[in-house]
Amino acid sequence: MGWLEGRFEEGVITTTLEQAINWARESSMWPMTFGLACCAIEMMATGASRYDIDRFGAGAFRATPRQADLMIVAGTVNYKMASRVRRLYNQMPEPKFVIAMGACTCGGGPYYKYGYNVVKGVDLIVPVDVYVAGCPPRPEALLEGLMRIQDKVRAMKYLTKGQPLENLIPARSGYVKLPPELETPEKANEFAKRNKERAAPAKA
Amino acid sequence: MTAQEIVAILKERFGPRIKAEKLDAIDPYVVIEPADLVEVCRFLRDDPRLQFDMLNCISGVDYCEPDPAKAAKAGFEPHLEVVYHLSSFVKRHRFVVKLILPRWKDNKPGQLPEVPSVASIWRAADWHERETYDLVGVWFTGHPDLRRILLADDWEGHPLRKDYVFPLEYHGIRGR
Ligand code: SF4
Repeated sequence: MGWLEGRFEEGVITTTLEQAINWARESSMWPMTFGLACCAIEMMATGASRYDIDRFGAGAFRATPRQADLMIVAGTVNYKMASRVRRLYNQMPEPKFVIAMGACTCGGGPYYKYGYNVVKGVDLIVPVDVYVAGCPPRPEALLEGLMRIQDKVRAMKYLTKGQPLENLIPARSGYVKLPPELETPEKANEFAKRNKERAAPAKA
Repeated sequence: MTAQEIVAILKERFGPRIKAEKLDAIDPYVVIEPADLVEVCRFLRDDPRLQFDMLNCISGVDYCEPDPAKAAKAGFEPHLEVVYHLSSFVKRHRFVVKLILPRWKDNKPGQLPEVPSVASIWRAADWHERETYDLVGVWFTGHPDLRRILLADDWEGHPLRKDYVFPLEYHGIRGR
């Protein structure tokens, strides 16, 4: 802390209140117990002794959103679950963070094309802070994601600058209408056929 | 007991109501009419020679080729099948019963074909029938509680039908 640092006796540390709060906050990121599919197994492994997420202060998996700071969405989110995910997110106290863990939550993953009931990315439902890729991501990857969240917390300036104005509505959400030439499967097929013909090299 | 003997017993009891049989399949089966289903199933369970005390699964199969170019070569008329896999712990034999249904009742799209429920014979049928209704779209009459089991209650359509169109949007969440 600049000129104050080291002016006092040994064992006394000076810091700003903001940094102290951020330090406390980042070192006790309590995640919510929230596993939806296979990725949850990897999240449990991260919590267990070998990878030990407790080293980063995020080992206290809370059974209620009201005590949690971090939502690790681990697994496939389907439409039936979507409203519950959003409700749990809304129940978490500020400041709250979301890790999208795994290909499924990043953008549909293996169910992108034929998953009729899978949400194509959890960022359509809640705002996501960190995306962890992989199917499933290794525990190390999840720890890395957690560290990025901690970076984010460390940079927060609640007291001096106030809470940044955030667009809490997921940017990609909402009903997207397909262009008219792709509306129905028949039209889409036709469109693909026309495209193919156009791409074929002209005969000399 | 071998499949031949089982079919012989069934034929002796039901005669021409056994519409077809196939014994050289891996799972030998008979085909019956939906109207006879409950009677046949009760006989299969209660007859001391058969004692099919367990219903392994109920499957709905949609025979349909949505691509009109391939439909001619598909080798079947569009229809639905409901397949009951049975086995007996006591007698240690297995058997399969099939029903053949139209894809839509009275050929009116949207009208689910109807099958009598066997939930009163095997309790296991309860959830299997709900799943078949949910994903393939077969209406089981006389089922105690026929609701969707996997998808949300307000879902439209039956996704494992071959001509199912994926939803573009569900409650404001876009689908593709
Ligand atoms: S990303 Fe892969 S491992 Fe994770 S929930 Fe999806 S399918 Fe399972």
